[in-house]
Amino acid sequence: MFAFIMRRLGTLGVILFGSSFLLYNLAALSGDPIGELRTSTDPEAPAQIAALTRSLQLDVPPPLRYFYWLKGVLGLFVGNFSLGETRSSEPVNVAVFEAIPTTVRLVITAVIVAIILGISIGIVTALRQYSKFDYSMTFVSFLLFSLPIFWVAVLLKQFMAIEFNNWLASPTIAPRAMMIIAAVVALILASAVGGDRKKFWKVFGIAAASTVVVLLLLLQLNWFLQPRLGPIGFFFASVGAAVLVTQLSVGLSHKQSLRAALSMSVMGLISYYPVQWLFNQEKQPLIIFGLLLLTIGFAVVASIYFAKVDRGPVIRTAVLTGILTGLLMILDKLMHTWEPYFNSDAVNGRPVPTVGQTNSLLEAGDYWISLLDVLMHLVLPTIALTAISFAGYIRFSRGTMLEVLNQDYIRTARAKGLNERTVIMRHAFRNTMIPITTIIVSDFAGILGGAIITERVFGWTGMGTLFNKAINTFDLNLLMGVFFLTATLALLANLVADLLYSVMDPRIRVGAGE
Amino acid sequence: MILRKKKPEFEVNTDGSIVNKETEGLSQGQIVRKRFLQHKGAMIAIFVLTSIVLFVFSALKLKIGPWTYPGWWKYTIEDLPDFALEGCADGLVGCPTMSLRPTWLGGSGVQLGEHPFGQDDIGRDYFALVMRGAQRSLMVTVIIGLIGGVIGTVIGAISGFYRGIVDSVLMRITDFIITVPSIIIGSVIGFHFGNLGVAFLAFYLGLFAWTGLSRLVRGEFLTLREREFVDAARVAGASNRRIIFKHILPNAVGIIIVSVTLLMSGAILLETALSYLGFGVVSPDVSLGSLISQYQESFTTRPWLFWYPGLFIITIALCINFIGDGLRDAFDPRQRRRITRKDRQSARVAMKAKS
Repeated sequence: MFAFIMRRLGTLGVILFGSSFLLYNLAALSGDPIGELRTSTDPEAPAQIAALTRSLQLDVPPPLRYFYWLKGVLGLFVGNFSLGETRSSEPVNVAVFEAIPTTVRLVITAVIVAIILGISIGIVTALRQYSKFDYSMTFVSFLLFSLPIFWVAVLLKQFMAIEFNNWLASPTIAPRAMMIIAAVVALILASAVGGDRKKFWKVFGIAAASTVVVLLLLLQLNWFLQPRLGPIGFFFASVGAAVLVTQLSVGLSHKQSLRAALSMSVMGLISYYPVQWLFNQEKQPLIIFGLLLLTIGFAVVASIYFAKVDRGPVIRTAVLTGILTGLLMILDKLMHTWEPYFNSDAVNGRPVPTVGQTNSLLEAGDYWISLLDVLMHLVLPTIALTAISFAGYIRFSRGTMLEVLNQDYIRTARAKGLNERTVIMRHAFRNTMIPITTIIVSDFAGILGGAIITERVFGWTGMGTLFNKAINTFDLNLLMGVFFLTATLALLANLVADLLYSVMDPRIRVGAGE
Repeated sequence: MILRKKKPEFEVNTDGSIVNKETEGLSQGQIVRKRFLQHKGAMIAIFVLTSIVLFVFSALKLKIGPWTYPGWWKYTIEDLPDFALEGCADGLVGCPTMSLRPTWLGGSGVQLGEHPFGQDDIGRDYFALVMRGAQRSLMVTVIIGLIGGVIGTVIGAISGFYRGIVDSVLMRITDFIITVPSIIIGSVIGFHFGNLGVAFLAFYLGLFAWTGLSRLVRGEFLTLREREFVDAARVAGASNRRIIFKHILPNAVGIIIVSVTLLMSGAILLETALSYLGFGVVSPDVSLGSLISQYQESFTTRPWLFWYPGLFIITIALCINFIGDGLRDAFDPRQRRRITRKDRQSARVAMKAKS
């Protein structure tokens, strides 16, 4: 294993060397950083040309100049790592490392949402192959595949931000709009549940009616301006999470798990007011982390109390429920923050922003308000990025799941009398996740370099902005800096993916027999 | 026309088991053709895409060598007609005159009018601009698909067939290129070659677009070259060239066609993205991406400048994706329709009727 990793790291170095050499020359030969000065009639121009030639070492031909750059990179091993300087004399590694957090913040939520949504929809479509749901999801995913992100972004800005903000001024839903919303929600749910025609219409009717009731209730409570869960809503949502997690992980018939999970919900209800009080103290990130540890600790204790043997699955269920309950509590707190945020001078009743990372007019101070501000700025980019990327996950997980379902071990599992839930979740889903994981890992790395357009449309200043700047100002060092980071991450991600593959699938042994 | 009775896909054997009769007695090519023709989405997509290509390329004046085709549309992208004022709301000028709502539904009747897609901010006919943009985008797509497809197939085939040192060298080169995100390569290329014209831009982009394809083809060649029919051919004295072209390539053609299709659907989005960033097609020439980029700020005032190029991009990309999906289904030999409950029932009913 060690030898395998070492050899892979060696190959990685060679590839990085080759591709950076390629890109350096490609970029250097095809652009002229002093092109504008050459045609300039300014008497200062020759002096400036001379100065630039000296500072950018333009008198050295690019293939040789590359090695000056490489010397800085190799300084990594002797402790003076350098990616050179940008044309505004700022060290490139500083500029790049400052840009990374922004880009990560921009893409990470979108990637996670896309993975969860994409995989679950993909698996449902595989289970209902050739159904109406399958066909419509295939169509939707192809449609999303075909959308240019900047086009989606303009639409989102118009309808999700500007029009939605206008609507929030006086939130009412016309009866016709409400009927359309209810019909769409019901159609999606009913076709996902499946079954014969009678069941389809039954589910459709129930879903449509409850959508209308919920919408009317929300409007009645003025929920869009003062959203809140409250202890009761929080408790019901938490119980729902407990039941869902139990059903998916071990099945509702597993009483010990259900009890442990439900005890987490009860614990959440008991601690509702104390936690709200804690949330208003100083050092919120620390408090949240402490509460997370407490939750996990309590989940383990509860599982040990409720289950005497085979505690693993019980603990897992309880911990998951506990984390979901905690997230619900944070959501509730954010909802309480909505009203002061909405009415603050900086926001002024228009909570969904179209550009930027944070609202600079907002007074710093309150942790929850600034957290909500960051989240609101993430809404549009996240929707756009998710819409574009989750189609791929749908297609991929559908294909893998179908392949797995045709395997012999699935037939064996069914033949020995396991129930459908166990067959799907334990036997099929786990094996589907093996190839999907490798895709996820490489996507994480790829998306860092791929958010160039998203950043530009939504006015974020991350890696994409740096890259744009580098190209437009012929800033070779900056360009190489951005490239060096994205390429290294991509290659490392591939290595990690291969290693993960061998950990998850014992049939594959890396480095064996070599 | 004779209406033939459709042969049932599944039949019940005498021992009660159900067998798939879909592919009985057909050659590989026939099965692929049959499956592809049965794929409704792909068939519709082919029809739509062909119509779009014919429509778009016949609209404007085309010059191919000494031969000039006049085009049926009255404006070109250089014309600057006066703004049409009638029919626009709120003091806007140059709004679309196309109407698809017949008079008996309360509209102004199905008509194209003077400027079906409206006019842009200096009065150019937007229909002509969109047609030219779609031509450019389609051209880029096809050129990238062709160049990428040819290079990818050749490199993949050579490295998969000869293995060893050739394979290592070629695959390391592929790795070099694959590490750089395509949008970065595209931007560098587009920034410097964009002004040479669309064909050059597409050509250079194609030179870097083959990496994924070559890996797939290599994998396919690696497995195919170990198969018995290749051994048989070699024992019979066939040369390497003959084995590659007559024995392996026909078996790998499915994977090649499918990935070229997917390459093309990626290419149209890559071109629009580059033009959007300003590294693609440069003015005065237009592409669908550059049109959107140019007029995205005017969405609230003149939404038509934004809708029409977007609709063309989506329709073209959607069609290519559906064709690719149909081809993948058709070429995948493992792909069998699962026997559903309905099939079982209908097969039993058919059996009972027979006996």
